[in-house]
Amino acid sequence: MGGHVPGLMEESPFAVPSKKLVMWLFIISDAVTFAALLMGYGYLRNANPNWPEPFKFSPSVLNVMLMTFVLISSSLTMLIGLRAARAGDKSGALRWTLITVGGGVLFALLHIREWMGLIGEGVRLFQNPWGVPLFGASFFSITGLHLLHVIGGVIALMTVALGYRRGRYNSDDLEIWALYWHFVDLVWMFVVPFVYLMNIAR
Amino acid sequence: MAMETAGRDSGGLGTYVAVYLCLLALAGLQIVLVYHHAEGTQLFLRMFSVALLQAGLAVMFFMHLRSERRNLRLSLAISTIFVLAMMNMIWSDSFRLLHFRLLK
Repeated sequence: MGGHVPGLMEESPFAVPSKKLVMWLFIISDAVTFAALLMGYGYLRNANPNWPEPFKFSPSVLNVMLMTFVLISSSLTMLIGLRAARAGDKSGALRWTLITVGGGVLFALLHIREWMGLIGEGVRLFQNPWGVPLFGASFFSITGLHLLHVIGGVIALMTVALGYRRGRYNSDDLEIWALYWHFVDLVWMFVVPFVYLMNIAR
Repeated sequence: MAMETAGRDSGGLGTYVAVYLCLLALAGLQIVLVYHHAEGTQLFLRMFSVALLQAGLAVMFFMHLRSERRNLRLSLAISTIFVLAMMNMIWSDSFRLLHFRLLK
């Protein structure tokens, strides 16, 4: 975003481009959405003394650890890509952003594998082998919405990275979608302990 | 101009790698906590503390909020914390339902 003509426009109180401010506003509204889902999950879990605890160390917890590693690592590769974009290194920015996209795809595949394991054990939206029928609905809602965000981020980053190479987008656009990607990573940091680790099989 | 520099003074690659390693270590700490320490409320509080620390690191360093203007930081934090705090009104009803079910 360029400067303004002195005397005609007031300076932005936040000193960020409008697109970045919109992304921040989206992020806080989305954070509240996830918080509402996690609190709804917490409400159900707290109110049901026999809440299922189905997650075994292998494969579930190991899979979740790997997913966490992949997602946090993809945040780092996104930052490296952004640094390259700021330095004017187009090929470096594209390469690191595509590595980030690859991390997102790997995360999604691992997530689907985790889902398939649970579905194989008989977990459905409103029934499961352990009682408390809402376990499946709450689990698939939270992890499904997060997975949807990962898939959306993969598509957006791919689009912006290719557009950046063609000159349609600049490093500011990459930065805005990097913000989104880090937010997806941040949400996972709350999903893992509350949805998985608090419900491990003992 | 401020418009062009806010949010960009975000530290070098070394800082990013250090934060990345901290996030991985905290994720590992959660696994250790869940298998070797407290259960119930204590476990929840410890998990929540670690998750908040992870989120704080990610927001401040990866999302560069620490190098944005204070106006932006305050606007985002106050509105988010207010809404999240108001949501906590549900817990008393959750405990009521739990006690009701335990008495049945």
